[in-house]
Amino acid sequence: MSLRTLEGFKFSTLKTPVHLLDPRTKFLIVIAVLVPALLFANIYVMIALLLSQLPLLLVGKVARRWALSLRAGVFLSALIFVVNLFTGSYLSAIALTLRFLVLLTSFSLFFMTTSPDDLGLALDRIGAVRWLSRRWLGYPNALSFTFTTAVRLVPTLAVDAQTVVDAQRSRGLELDKGNLLKRVRNYIPILIPLLLIAIRRSLELAEALESRGFPGKEGRTSLFQLKLRPVDYAIIAFSLAIIGISFWVYFHYKIPVL
Amino acid sequence: MITLEKVSFTYRSGQRALQEIDLNLEGGDFIAIMGENGAGKTTLAKHLNGLLKPSQGRVLVDGEDTRKVSVAKLSRKVGLVFQNPDHLLFSETVKEEVAFGLKNFGFAADVVDNQVIRTLEALGLSEYAETSPFLLSGGERKRVALAAILATEPDYLILDEPTIGQDYQQKERLRNFILQLYSQGKAVVMITHDVEFVAESNPKVVLLSQGKILARGPADSILSKDELVKKASLVRPQMSRLFGELAKYGLPSDVVDVHRARILLEEKLSEAKVRVAQNS
Amino acid sequence: MANAPREIIIAKNLGFQYVGARRAAIQGIDLSIRENEFILLTGPSGCGKTSLCRCLNGLIPNFYQGEWTGELLVDGLSVTTQLTSELSRRVGYVFQNPENQLFALTVEKDIAFGPENLGLSREEIRRRVDEAMNVTGTLPLKDLAPYELSGGQQQRVALAGVLAMKPSVIVLDEPTSFLDPRTAEEVMRATDDLRRELGLTIVVVEHRLDLVARYAERIVVMDAGKIVADGDLEETLDEKFDLLEGLGVGVPRVSLLWTMLRRDGLVSGKVPTHVESAASSLGGMMNQ
Repeated sequence: MSLRTLEGFKFSTLKTPVHLLDPRTKFLIVIAVLVPALLFANIYVMIALLLSQLPLLLVGKVARRWALSLRAGVFLSALIFVVNLFTGSYLSAIALTLRFLVLLTSFSLFFMTTSPDDLGLALDRIGAVRWLSRRWLGYPNALSFTFTTAVRLVPTLAVDAQTVVDAQRSRGLELDKGNLLKRVRNYIPILIPLLLIAIRRSLELAEALESRGFPGKEGRTSLFQLKLRPVDYAIIAFSLAIIGISFWVYFHYKIPVL
Repeated sequence: MITLEKVSFTYRSGQRALQEIDLNLEGGDFIAIMGENGAGKTTLAKHLNGLLKPSQGRVLVDGEDTRKVSVAKLSRKVGLVFQNPDHLLFSETVKEEVAFGLKNFGFAADVVDNQVIRTLEALGLSEYAETSPFLLSGGERKRVALAAILATEPDYLILDEPTIGQDYQQKERLRNFILQLYSQGKAVVMITHDVEFVAESNPKVVLLSQGKILARGPADSILSKDELVKKASLVRPQMSRLFGELAKYGLPSDVVDVHRARILLEEKLSEAKVRVAQNS
Repeated sequence: MANAPREIIIAKNLGFQYVGARRAAIQGIDLSIRENEFILLTGPSGCGKTSLCRCLNGLIPNFYQGEWTGELLVDGLSVTTQLTSELSRRVGYVFQNPENQLFALTVEKDIAFGPENLGLSREEIRRRVDEAMNVTGTLPLKDLAPYELSGGQQQRVALAGVLAMKPSVIVLDEPTSFLDPRTAEEVMRATDDLRRELGLTIVVVEHRLDLVARYAERIVVMDAGKIVADGDLEETLDEKFDLLEGLGVGVPRVSLLWTMLRRDGLVSGKVPTHVESAASSLGGMMNQ
């Protein structure tokens, strides 16, 4: 499973109608897919859920990268299928494998069309997150800020990781030789510098943050804000309906696998 | 000798980093590779010890093609000192850190110990042998990283931006050390954009720009040419700029070193003094 | 008669020792900086220049723990009684490593970060961000992520982010270490331009004097935590040249050249600090 598979979850800066939806709306879409997918094990339901996300993938122009994430999921899907063959009928195995793909697609779609920035803004507005943040870290926006900073550091630390590997290989470290124990020990010269570099970067960032007035006494304001538009409300309403109907059907009927 | 024959390199992303580089490196050479950020300097350095293999062309280290030899094996001959020492340091003591490379190459324990002591002494780090490298200052950590690579006595030493963040005294020490190394017969390659350091050390300069070799030659001729220097996002050394302004007094333009500048000016100024004496 | 500009930074017997350190990082610092000055702060590695800078915006004692002695007033505020967040309104800090001072996912959001922390209205933030981007020429970069920028661009964005706080003092701690010489000169020139346009006070920490000599009027030299020289750049280079060389300060090559020639009696007069003044002084000597 190469790093290429992570591409299926990386945000791409486009301005499609899907991208422009509020992150909270998109998250509700994820829930609206999750709920029926988990409540039912019916093959038709799974196929419907999968197909219903296709238009979103196409409008969001992320269909090709979604295909990549599916490829990544091939191994796990096969595993799920085989395991379920032993514990149930082959029909249920199909249904459960499809469920995995539905969930994968749903999360992939969310992360590809939602910028970490907007996620941070959304997190900032959620009361529960603010409360938790205030209790743990002392400031209401600290938690969402931690999230966005982590995302911001990922590409930088990825480069650092590669540099550390290069530097240690240049000292004769061979990562692909030796028995399992030796190989694990060989990662110590990689992990320690990387950890320390990450810590140093974070400390320097923290210094710079304080030097720009973070977190501020009066409470932060924000240049950008999330706005729920009519299309958001429509989709939210639709999603809530799906969730409601799913629960109602679940409690009133027994849906078989096929 | 390290030979680069028409080496081109393209990253997987499609970015072309090096184009048809021809270069030779042998013992006793002191070369400065200069160029703008993104010119391909570090990419070039990584080809010398096999970390990167050319997309086209080939790199020969003492006759062996780098595509056929492991990085570990090449690292015995080619020492690459990365810019940021924190990418290397992981041991509990400086002694262990310096011993790491030696152990990887399979040297006997007593040889390792001896080499460590010798290298620490050569770099003035003996007092820190039992200290944790993380407690040392930035400049000291840089020296520990250098010691770690030098301990295995590679024939070719590549330094990536060794002067960044160093004060003048530290740079002097580095210059003297480099002098020692190449007069001992090693080849020293320095990747740098520190124009004044190069002006004072007088290596052969290879100017890289956008993946191609723009020019190569002695430091004073390369660094005094405005068009070359501009293209590589560098600035001419102070002496060169000064002599550029004084060209009308019949002074040469390819001066980059303070001492040569002084000698030339002494002549002209003595002449002026004589004239003043004659006219009065 | 013109009034002398007011003193914007006053340090009296300032000292600080980090927790667990064997000796004080800075001690007995007496320093007075006036508005709109361009100060070059230099000295050998470990002399305390960064520690002194950290005191100016309150990172010491808020971010770094230790023992504080003496007094430091910045823009009328006593540093020990203020949070860094308050002092950052008056003193901006540009760090050495360009990448580690950009935290947001786009340039525009990063520049807005400071004003957002100040709790300003959205309109005011918008205004300040636009102004800062215009003045630093970073408007074309506004939607890019920090890791997509070159070192020079990153430093300009950092500068813009600091300017958006509308400070009266900007401290730059070896801001050009990672930049190539051409970009380094551009950043220094831009800093001086901003100083003139906006009436800022600038403190630059730098090993390589030739980069800053054209713009700095005053030099403060530190060694082992103390100030060992403080005065007009030209005069100090002239009178205290040997001290500076002995400390390992990177004196401009033209100054070194002149001092050598002067010792041999071939030239006379003040030590020039940069190429243009050296050229005209030497030209004068040779024209005789």
